[in-house]
Amino acid sequence: MSEYRLEMRGVVKTFPGVKALDHAQLQLRPGTVHALMGENGAGKSTLMKCMFGIYHMDEGEVIYEGEKVEIKGPLDALNRGIAMVHQELQPIPERSIGENIYVGRYPTKQFGPVTVIDHEKMYADAAKVLKEVHLNFDPKAKLGSLSVSQMQLVEIAKAVSADCKVLILDEPTSSLTAAEVEALFTIVDELRAKGVSIVYISHKMDEILRISDEVTIMRDGQYIGTWQAKGLTTDFIITKMVGRELSNLYPPRENVPGEVVFEVKDFTSINPKSFRNATFNVRKGEILGVAGLVGAQRTELMEGLFGLRAHTKGTITYKGQELKIDQPRDAIKSGIAMLTEDRRATGILGVLSIADNVSIASLDQYLIGGIMLDDGKIEKLVQDNVAKLSIKTPSSKTQIQTLSGGNQQKVLISRWLANDPDVFILDEPTRGIDVGAKYEIYCIIAELAKQGKSIIMISSEMSELIGMSDRIMVMCDGRVTGFIDGDKANQENIMALATQFE
Amino acid sequence: MAKKFDLKKFASNNAIIILIAVLALFVGMTTQNFFTTRNLSNLIVNMAPRFIIACGVSGCLITKGTDLSAGRQVGLAACLSAMLLQSVDYSARMLPWLPDIPWPLALLIVMAIMAVFGAINGVIIAFLKVPPFIATLGMQTIVYGLCSLITNNQPMGGYKKSYLNVASGKLFNNDFLPFLLFFALGVGLFFWFLYNKTRHGKYMYAIGGNESAATVAGVNVPATLIRIYILASLMYALGGFLVGAKAGGASTATGLGYELEAIAACTIGGVSANGGVGTVPGVLVGVLVFEVLKICLQFMGVDPAYTYIAQGLVIIVAVALDLRKYLAKK
Repeated sequence: MSEYRLEMRGVVKTFPGVKALDHAQLQLRPGTVHALMGENGAGKSTLMKCMFGIYHMDEGEVIYEGEKVEIKGPLDALNRGIAMVHQELQPIPERSIGENIYVGRYPTKQFGPVTVIDHEKMYADAAKVLKEVHLNFDPKAKLGSLSVSQMQLVEIAKAVSADCKVLILDEPTSSLTAAEVEALFTIVDELRAKGVSIVYISHKMDEILRISDEVTIMRDGQYIGTWQAKGLTTDFIITKMVGRELSNLYPPRENVPGEVVFEVKDFTSINPKSFRNATFNVRKGEILGVAGLVGAQRTELMEGLFGLRAHTKGTITYKGQELKIDQPRDAIKSGIAMLTEDRRATGILGVLSIADNVSIASLDQYLIGGIMLDDGKIEKLVQDNVAKLSIKTPSSKTQIQTLSGGNQQKVLISRWLANDPDVFILDEPTRGIDVGAKYEIYCIIAELAKQGKSIIMISSEMSELIGMSDRIMVMCDGRVTGFIDGDKANQENIMALATQFE
Repeated sequence: MAKKFDLKKFASNNAIIILIAVLALFVGMTTQNFFTTRNLSNLIVNMAPRFIIACGVSGCLITKGTDLSAGRQVGLAACLSAMLLQSVDYSARMLPWLPDIPWPLALLIVMAIMAVFGAINGVIIAFLKVPPFIATLGMQTIVYGLCSLITNNQPMGGYKKSYLNVASGKLFNNDFLPFLLFFALGVGLFFWFLYNKTRHGKYMYAIGGNESAATVAGVNVPATLIRIYILASLMYALGGFLVGAKAGGASTATGLGYELEAIAACTIGGVSANGGVGTVPGVLVGVLVFEVLKICLQFMGVDPAYTYIAQGLVIIVAVALDLRKYLAKK
């Protein structure tokens, strides 16, 4: 038997428009924690989904315990002892914790000739498993009664219950508090001592350096290398992840912040757990970064300003004039544009053409006689933007869903540019976009600021915030906890404000 | 960039249409009187109201909705038309006090009444967020009840000549130019323009493609949906008016099952059950395929019971093939 518990070699996976994995590889030793690192879109999650059988790879092989295997699906993976805790949870909130742990593999018993689910055994086992990961929940309680971070821990219990030999943790700490992270690390240590191989995906350097034995770095779907975690530095990892010198990551900024134009006062959600008393302003030509942990309610606040979520009190003013915004079209009329966080769910009109996607928010401008749309004008708008933002597309009639993430994002930016707004709210504008296209998006943002637009940019990538912002607003648990000037910002002072829980 | 013609893909994307075309050729060659003026003229007359109804429901389908009340609304419209357009000297007149009114005025009255039902459908779907399937299922039953109520469950006939002539009349007495053809043509052109050249059309496709994204882009989703359901009801009104004229009578049974035929025709014609996709020429092809299938089976002397089974199979296969196009991409 080889020294590895599991090996993936030469893995290729292509999606329409993107080569997500390009001869990626991974070697897991028993009883180790193996960190898998890379920027968003580097292919980490895709590689893990191939290992777990959610995706079928186009090329490549998996060698598990010395044998070449073909993993047919998640159930097959679980039966072989490979378990995965997903980045995006897949909870069934209306069912009990126990059922969520054993869904798809319920323990059964004979009831005469009928096979029925053995609820007693299921709940007893579930209680045992929960105890094993130091959780004190009633397995009969509804999963929906737990918080998101608690659900994440239940997911981990589920993986443990499968008695796994390989455990994949895809960004497990993204919604956990510091205490919960400690609890998770204890569990990870115990599993490692039992000989389980753990793949650990995270963006948090300190976590990686603390918990992992080995580090594999990926970039643009390719394998970059594997190193012993001991002795690695953050700088080394980032350089390998990004593939270029840090100084060239962001375009030079030539914007000059002017007078305050956009002001938000005491803005409060109707949901008491969401944003409260948010007060801030943005200058003309300024890039205001918005930092915070998952659950800080940054997206909710921005969606509130844009009219996607309701608020109970607070005012928004632009150039001294109070805006009344109850729905997105009010915001758009007031000169505000918003790139939402989840491009696929709330951004692109997938089956429609580039032309439709670009023009949808500004159709009023292309009318002939108040009724008929001027196709020529629309085509010109599209061609202008395709050239200006160098959007790579076969034609303006191409379905937007066939484009890469970066090009989709550029199309969405074009959509707003057509309205010539004054305030841009950008929620994670480079999420799921490859490194080269990221730089282009940064250039567009810098150019907009230079033209005097006010920009509010939410980002979870610390370096992006520090590299792009004139000022950074930090949020924690629904409140604005402070502001830091861009040239004075660093990981430490941002985190200090981001963890100011009441 | 010229695309290479892919025969296999073409065949799988148009399987149902090819199948029906082959069937028509087969029937045409094995039976007599299939490719005759009379039969083709019949086909046009049968297709016209169905195409108009299918155009109405297409907007609901493109926005990922549906309208199960379509058939009953057609029935109610036919009954309303009947009440308004019975000839004044007909003894069993439903509304004996009613003066003689010209058919265009009656049509407008019927359309105005039916628009109310569409508006209610639209409001329930857009504001109360009731799934269209459920909302229009409820409306279907309500409309049927109302129709029974106002007609006392009595079938109506004795139409005045000018009304009957709407369906039976022909331009220049040419068999290929029935008046019904021009109604269908007008509706088809109107919908083509609406879907391709107006904001309403673009908003409709945007909502079907991704309702949340359309909202973010500033589309007034509720107003667009309400317009779609009102327009649909206007088409059922026109459809029902024409169906009544064609049949020379109307009862509560008129329009039974028309919603399913219309939905099926749209789907066969490429209006996607996943939303955001569908064209007026596609709807026309769908209606054509469905009517040709019916005529073929009729000519082959197939028991009507089997005709229903065949139609049902075609609907399921068409939707399955349509969804396969999307599944294959995952």
